[in-house]
Amino acid sequence: MTQDTTFHHGDPQREAKPIIQMKNIEKHFGNIIALAGVSFDVRPGECHCLLGDNGAGKSTFIKTMSGVHQPTKGEITIDGKPMNFTSPRDAMEAGIATVFQDLAMIPLMSVTRNFFMGREPVKGRRPFRRMDVEKMNETAVEEMRKMGINLRGPDQAVGTLSGGERQTVAIARAVYFGARVLILDEPTSALGVRQTSNVLATIDRVRKQGVGVVFISHNVRHALAVGDRFTVLNRGQTLGTATRGDITPEELQDLMAGGQELAQLEGSLEGTV
Amino acid sequence: MANMAQTVQDERLKQEGLGARLMKRPELGAIAGVILVTAFFLITADSAMFTLSGIMNFMTPAAQLGILAIGAAMLMIGGEFDLSIGSMVAFAGLIFGASVVTFGLPLIVAIPLTMAVAAGLGAMNGMIVLRTGLPSFIVTLAFLFVLRGASLVGLKLASGGSTQLRGVRDAVQDDWLAPFFSGDAFGPIFVALAEIGLIDTFKNGTPKVPGIPVEILWFIALSLVATYVLLRTPQGNWVFASGGDRNAAANSGVPVRKVKISLFMVTAICAALVAIITVMDAGSTDARRGFMKEFEAIIAAVIGGCLLTGGYGSAIGAFFGAIIFGMVTIGLTYTDFDQDWFQIFLGGMLLIAVLFNNYIRKRVTGER
Repeated sequence: MTQDTTFHHGDPQREAKPIIQMKNIEKHFGNIIALAGVSFDVRPGECHCLLGDNGAGKSTFIKTMSGVHQPTKGEITIDGKPMNFTSPRDAMEAGIATVFQDLAMIPLMSVTRNFFMGREPVKGRRPFRRMDVEKMNETAVEEMRKMGINLRGPDQAVGTLSGGERQTVAIARAVYFGARVLILDEPTSALGVRQTSNVLATIDRVRKQGVGVVFISHNVRHALAVGDRFTVLNRGQTLGTATRGDITPEELQDLMAGGQELAQLEGSLEGTV
Repeated sequence: MANMAQTVQDERLKQEGLGARLMKRPELGAIAGVILVTAFFLITADSAMFTLSGIMNFMTPAAQLGILAIGAAMLMIGGEFDLSIGSMVAFAGLIFGASVVTFGLPLIVAIPLTMAVAAGLGAMNGMIVLRTGLPSFIVTLAFLFVLRGASLVGLKLASGGSTQLRGVRDAVQDDWLAPFFSGDAFGPIFVALAEIGLIDTFKNGTPKVPGIPVEILWFIALSLVATYVLLRTPQGNWVFASGGDRNAAANSGVPVRKVKISLFMVTAICAALVAIITVMDAGSTDARRGFMKEFEAIIAAVIGGCLLTGGYGSAIGAFFGAIIFGMVTIGLTYTDFDQDWFQIFLGGMLLIAVLFNNYIRKRVTGER
């Protein structure tokens, strides 16, 4: 990985207090232990990458963080205060926003309608309370422009946007609605090279606004391009958190695969993985 | 780097013409259909069809169907079907007929009661669909039979063995609410217009069209309200979202369950309204009322641009879809064609509408 493909890292705010802290989270589904004591925290203005292979527990973990699952054991604190999320709505209200892989976007609906879905600004009195359409259109176009996307018009259907652009709409929406922690679930997994770089640029932009980003990926290159810290999950456990510069891509890759096998495999593939 | 490339206007984007923009309106197909059908009847039908009384003649059945179609369209946009609305018309007719005839209730009680029963059944439909996760198609198909059967059984009980309950007109004749649900509105205006010779009259001087049938006014009012709700209120946005992608909507904080159950209730209330109007108009209720109307309403909604998969469509489209229906059913009687061509036309129209909608959906979503 050469220097010019990485994004500029400002001050990772190592001294800043974490917004959300997850301590020794365990999650059991019946007799299956999906998470066996995972600790993780996010500070404002950093991009904390959560890496892991398929089945490592990444999804379970972020669903716990975003209130979809309740942890079996362990503690979640926000700004140092213990929190108990019983629904995604609780997490959202605490400023934890999640952009899932399906993006929660509806292709047939316009960008504006998607942007404000479920949180439409209204004007007027009941029973004539209505959506403030002008404000919605202006805001959507403006927020998208800030993220570097020029819409044809606010009524452009989301279905006509590329995967990267949709991702950006979802991120812009979360940030606009006051996300302090933004969880991105594999945002680059289905994207081409150029679109991936657009999404990574968006992450960088969001981070500079002081939002803490949790970037879930199994692609070490993408993670290293924007990440400030890296936590690797393997079989429901964390193998520690590394800071940018303290770890090489090869070490990360090995941690994700649980060590040895990949090292051997890599030998036979001549270092292409 | 990425920044600069994106902030300049995309050079691969062509300016969209008016035609292309119109193509993206869901109701376009229905409006084109109305124009086509009008042109067809202007050529083939007796000129009486497009006189004031001719227009009232085809608008009345169009309105009765249209009220159902508006409900069906909103429910379809919300991603669900209701095949029980035709039977609901019969069942609500029974409840209404029994209320006013058997129990002698005044309209101010009977009408809300009828609507409440319908809404309750609609909510039940919705809850079963949402609880079980079964397709609404199959759940409401069950209710199609249950309600039709209940109407038959209930009518026999209420009327002592007949499947018809008469005497509604006598029972409601003097009720102050009756003019809102039966007869013609704006009668005095039409008399005045006749006096100054602006509209046709019979030989004795009374106007040929005594007023606007109330169902037409209900139909227009409902279309306007539904369109406003869909396009201008948060609730309307929730309807599109719930139908477009249930999970995405729920993840974004849209109360999908409430939205869908409310839509089932609204659809059922529309059926009850049709029942009340037609029962008062006919003076009796019978178990065959509303027969096959569920399909006609869904077809009108589809002609109006609703996708069978939900998330897309318009109430104005359903409005025009219902008018096409009325024009064709009644219009054929003004021509030399056999009236039974109606059904062939219906099927053809449905097929064309679905193909057209599918094409539009691909345009909108950019699928290829």
